[in-house]
Amino acid sequence: MSLRLNISGVRKSYNGKPVLNACSFSFDRNGVYVLTGSNGSGKSTLLRICALIESPDNGEVIYFSGNNIISKDILLRRRITLVLPGIGLFNTTVFNNAAYGLKIRGGKNKETERKVNNALKFVGLIHKKNHNALTLSSGEIQRLGIARAMAIEPEMLFLDEPTASIDNENTEIVENIILNMKKEGRSKTIIATHDMLQAGRLGDCMLLMDEGKIIKV
Amino acid sequence: MESIIEGFKKAFSLIFGLDAELLGIIFLSLRVSGTALLIVSIIGLPLSALISLKKFPARGLFISIMNTLMGLPPVVVGLFVYMMLSRSGPIGFMGLLYTPSAMIIAQTILAFPIAVSLCHSAIISVNPIIKQASMTLGATSLQTSVTIIKEARYGIMSGMIAAFGRVMAEVGAILIVGGNIAGYTRVMTTTIALETDKGNFELAIALGIILLTISLAINLLLHFVQRKGALPVNR
Repeated sequence: MSLRLNISGVRKSYNGKPVLNACSFSFDRNGVYVLTGSNGSGKSTLLRICALIESPDNGEVIYFSGNNIISKDILLRRRITLVLPGIGLFNTTVFNNAAYGLKIRGGKNKETERKVNNALKFVGLIHKKNHNALTLSSGEIQRLGIARAMAIEPEMLFLDEPTASIDNENTEIVENIILNMKKEGRSKTIIATHDMLQAGRLGDCMLLMDEGKIIKV
Repeated sequence: MESIIEGFKKAFSLIFGLDAELLGIIFLSLRVSGTALLIVSIIGLPLSALISLKKFPARGLFISIMNTLMGLPPVVVGLFVYMMLSRSGPIGFMGLLYTPSAMIIAQTILAFPIAVSLCHSAIISVNPIIKQASMTLGATSLQTSVTIIKEARYGIMSGMIAAFGRVMAEVGAILIVGGNIAGYTRVMTTTIALETDKGNFELAIALGIILLTISLAINLLLHFVQRKGALPVNR
C-alpha cells in the first residue's frame, strides 16, 4: 500500500523568526510534486519536517498507508528519504556512499551490490564506483545523492534543490534521471526548486510556497 | 669539539651494533608509552565520543578542564602519582612505585587530556550535514554516531599520534615515579638525562638520535594522516 503524507497547521520558527506558518497539504497522489517559491519561503524546512529530520513547533505530520496512520519510528524513516542540497558525502568510495542506506539496514552483500550497481548505472556513475566520493564534481555529487537515495528504494523521495549548484549540462542529466524515475514509477517524489521552468518540466503537481505556507496548487 | 665527534662515532656504533642495553631501553620506552596509549584509547576514545555527541550537564566544564589539563606539567603528574603510589599513599599497598606500571600510570594521565581534547575537536569538526545525511538514509542514533566518528577518523588518529609523541618525549614524570633503575625502569629520556649528567655522551647521543628518529617518524605519520584527511572538499 503506497504511502500518503498529510501535514496540517505546521509551524516552525528559528530564533523567533517564523519560517513555516500553519502550512497544510496532503501528498496523496502518485507522481512528482514540485514545490516552488522564492528563497526563504520555507521549502527546505518543510521538506526536512516532512522527511522527519526535524520536528515542527506546532501542527501535525501524519503518514498513512491506506487508511492506517503509521507511527513515526525508524521503520517509517526507512521508507522515506531526503536528498539534501549539500548531499553530505561520506569520506569513502562512491560505492560505499551509495551502499550506506542498505548496509545500515543489514542488507546482504550480494543484494546490496546489485542494487547499488543498478543505482550507480542509473545515474551514470558506475565507472567511478571505486573513486573517493570527495573527488567528484558538483554535478556528479548530486547524481550520487540521488543514487544513494534510489538504492534504498524509498516509497517517498524528497529532493531539496537538486540542481541548485550545478551547470546546465549536469542539470539536464539530473532532470533526465528524475524523469526516468517518474516513468518507472519508482517513488512518490517531492522536489523543492526555485526554478519555475524546471518545475514545469518535472512536475505533475505544482505547489507554490510563500511566507511559510503552500498558497497555490 | 673532538669529544662531540667522538661521541657521535660511538653512538652510531652502538646503534648499528644493536647494543643490547640500548635495545632494552628503546623497547621499554615503546612498551611504556604504547601501553599508556592503549589505555588512553580504550577509555579516552569512548569518552571523547560521548562528550562530543551527547549533551549532559557540566559538559562544557568537563571539556574546559580537559583543555586545561593538556598543558599539565609532567613533574606535577610525577609528584601526584608518586604521592598516590608511595608507601603512605592511598594505593601504596600495591607496591607499584619504581616499576614500569607506575610509569605507565603517569604517562596515561599525561596523554589522556591530550587525546580526549583532540579527539573531541575532531568529532565536533565533522560537518553537521553528515549527521543529517545519515539520518535521511535511515540510520538509528547509534549508527549516526558511528558514522560521525568514522568521518572524524583522521582527526582522531592525529590526536592519538600527538598524545603518543608527547609521552614518548616526556622525562619529568617517569623519572620521579620510575626511579630510572638500570635494566628495569630506565627509558630513553631518563637515560639521556642521567648519562649527560655523568658526562657519558655516547649512549645519550645514540638515544637522542633514536628519539629524534622516532619523533620524525611520528610527525611524518601525522602529516600523512592529516593529508589523507584533507582530501578535496566537495561535500
